[in-house]
Amino acid sequence: MSIDISQFHDVFFEESFEGLDAMESGLLNLEDGAADVEAINTIFRAAHSIKGGAGTFGFMAVSEFTHKMETLLDEMRNGEREVTPESTNVLLEAVDVLREMLTAVQQDEDTDDARIEAVCQQLIEMLGGGDESSEIEQETEADSVDSDDEKSIGWKIDFRPHLHMLQTGNDPVRLLRELDSLGDLSVNLDDSQLPLFSDLEPEDSYLAWHMELISDVAKEEIVEIFEWVEDDCDLTIEALFAAAETSTELSEETETQQPEESIAEITETELKPTAGEKTETKQKSTTTPAAASIRVGTDKIDSLINMVGELVITQSMLSQVGDNFTEDMLPQLIDGLAQLERNTREMQEGVMRIRMLPISFAFNRFPRLVHDLTDKSGKQVDLKLTGEQTELDKTVMEKIGDPLVHLVRNSLDHGLETPEVRLAAGKSETGTLKLNAYHQGGNIVIEIEDDGAGLDEDKIFNKAVEKGLVNKTDNLNPEKIHELIFMPGFSTADVVSDISGRGVGMDVVRKNIHSLGGSVEIDSKQGSGTKFTIRLPLTLAIMDGQTIRVANENYILPLVSIVESIEIKSTDIKQVSGKGELYKLREDYVPVIRLYDVFNIEPLITDLEEGLLVVVEGDGQKVGLFIDDLLGQQQVVIKSLETNYRKVVGLSGATILGDGTVALILDVPGLISLYREPSSGKSLVKSERAA
Amino acid sequence: MSEELQVNDSLDVMGEIEDGAEQFLTFILGDEEYGVEILRVQEIKGWDNVTSIPNSPHYLCGVLNLRGTIVPVVDLRLRFEMAECEYTPTTVIVVLNIEGETQRTVGIVVDGMSDTHNVLPNDIKPSPDFGSSIKTDYITGLVTIGDNMVMLLDIDRLLSIEAIG
Repeated sequence: MSIDISQFHDVFFEESFEGLDAMESGLLNLEDGAADVEAINTIFRAAHSIKGGAGTFGFMAVSEFTHKMETLLDEMRNGEREVTPESTNVLLEAVDVLREMLTAVQQDEDTDDARIEAVCQQLIEMLGGGDESSEIEQETEADSVDSDDEKSIGWKIDFRPHLHMLQTGNDPVRLLRELDSLGDLSVNLDDSQLPLFSDLEPEDSYLAWHMELISDVAKEEIVEIFEWVEDDCDLTIEALFAAAETSTELSEETETQQPEESIAEITETELKPTAGEKTETKQKSTTTPAAASIRVGTDKIDSLINMVGELVITQSMLSQVGDNFTEDMLPQLIDGLAQLERNTREMQEGVMRIRMLPISFAFNRFPRLVHDLTDKSGKQVDLKLTGEQTELDKTVMEKIGDPLVHLVRNSLDHGLETPEVRLAAGKSETGTLKLNAYHQGGNIVIEIEDDGAGLDEDKIFNKAVEKGLVNKTDNLNPEKIHELIFMPGFSTADVVSDISGRGVGMDVVRKNIHSLGGSVEIDSKQGSGTKFTIRLPLTLAIMDGQTIRVANENYILPLVSIVESIEIKSTDIKQVSGKGELYKLREDYVPVIRLYDVFNIEPLITDLEEGLLVVVEGDGQKVGLFIDDLLGQQQVVIKSLETNYRKVVGLSGATILGDGTVALILDVPGLISLYREPSSGKSLVKSERAA
Repeated sequence: MSEELQVNDSLDVMGEIEDGAEQFLTFILGDEEYGVEILRVQEIKGWDNVTSIPNSPHYLCGVLNLRGTIVPVVDLRLRFEMAECEYTPTTVIVVLNIEGETQRTVGIVVDGMSDTHNVLPNDIKPSPDFGSSIKTDYITGLVTIGDNMVMLLDIDRLLSIEAIG
């Protein structure tokens, strides 16, 4: 009977990563001075679980590495070692290394051995400098006492698992195998407790083992193997003396040969599926990254189940109506359909809620980031997180992580000043960095605010002139100047630092936020700080769409991007050098994009007065889309075109309409770039041919 | 009864695979017959209206809703620069699994289905070399089945993102 343990790998990795997060936040809290025993305990427990898990699954490198961390933590826990900033830093680094190791194991990649070795060395040094050495001494002392004075040649171990031990997930075979690796092990199986077959509970363990281990290992090492099952078995470990050697050796050869063989067999069969599974997962990982999972509160699931119940009732009601349909049942049918619509909408909202996670998942990495960066830069920063429980869609969360990191780094590097500068400016030594999140309408708003130097408008303007982004004679108001930092290739850092300042940042930040359908604003006052406000839609999966018609094609236009729709008066159309068209919209002129033109489809209507102009906004710019007609509004589920095809310029995805056909969803910024540069939409094939 | 026997017979034919033989599904394009590895075929479905993608190559008919996934459909006639052909009731879409950087699902439009054949690797002859006049890099080999020549297609190459984008 072998259990394929590889099926638990995913759970192990997930729990380990959670454990690492817990360790990291625990370590960061330690810094604040007071060495809280409970906090250290939490870190210790996390390390211990990872070590145990890694050992069980055979990730020896991980478990050995964690063991060193654990030893250090254990000393801290017992008060044998003081919590110093140095030790916390080493432990934090060890957490990073451990995370890398686990990722490497998970993805079946190679590890950065040099770095592991370096951190390992640091850990050992730290241990060597403390009480560890004496502990080793004690161990060897105890060992030598055993071996010298009493001529102990090994250990006699009686191991009798309790009935329920298998249910705790512990496998005696693994323990025996580990014992075997310590030295020459002989095993006697005691099956006296085995009941009649008819009474046998397959999930209970009835067997016991009497073992003799010929080895000079310390008793502690044996105890450690049984650490996880201590409470689930009767265990006695006694020293074995040379006098008994001859007699046991004889019996060893005759009696114990068989059980030993069977163990070897079990080990082999157990290993095989694991190895097979490994190669399989390796193949998988080359095509797709590890499947992501999500933790969902049971209340959310319960409410979903209730909704499904209602859906089933509505469905049976409808099918009853449908079975013997007569015309006088029409009101019933209409009622039923209305109920069905309400049910599906509730279901949809319920399912979307499952994907919602508190933003603390994204915020949690910032204490560490701030800790590392302030260490390097000598600045003092107080990080304040609020609204961490604000929920948003998991996919949005994943994509907003990097832009947030960038903004925080920028605030730390360019925004907040060094203590001396702050004091000189009449501010407190410690700068404040606030991260806040809250819901507003259908959006989530994330604010990143610092009380640093603020944006230096003159410097930005000069830099922009230097880079040729604006003209020296341009008269820009402060807001426009602030906008300049989002231009590609803009960076004002005097020195390109390790933290930021490569000038590839802010434009990417804005692009990422825009690709999520969000926006970013700056509010800055020189001398007193900068505030970035990011607005994002709550979810990416469903949106309100307006169906439009161009020639014979229907498209979906996101409702949020529509400003207004108007009938065109040809007198308001102005020509620009005979090609471009502008529409006079009250005080403004907006460029007219003929959708059939940028999409290269055969038009049915070319006269502007016969169609409609939809004024849309994208990338902060208003344009008019010329279309044939507006059709209905509906909620659409967004499907990716990239899953099986590729990204198409001007389209953000596709959706499936009620009749089962596919409708394409327009992407306004993409349409604008297509209008400006028609070649940007050309297919890969054509460019390939040209090249 | 006799019908049942026939079904059984045909099942037998399908089920019998010689050692080392690979099964190919063949389809017709004009007067030519092509084969693809049967394990790559996800399903075969009748012609259905597709939604065309703007600014895409002419041989990309558009995208199709395949039980909730958006699947691009390529007209193989146009891809091979053969004469265009009206879609008829026998026109079918063969949905294939394409291996590349990621696994994708792509449909191809063909004139009609032909048969399945077991082919031994030794029976596959090298693809012809017409120089630059006719492109044959999408053909992995030729097999003779009865009087017909069947061209075996390298669909991963033929339908890669670069080739259909």
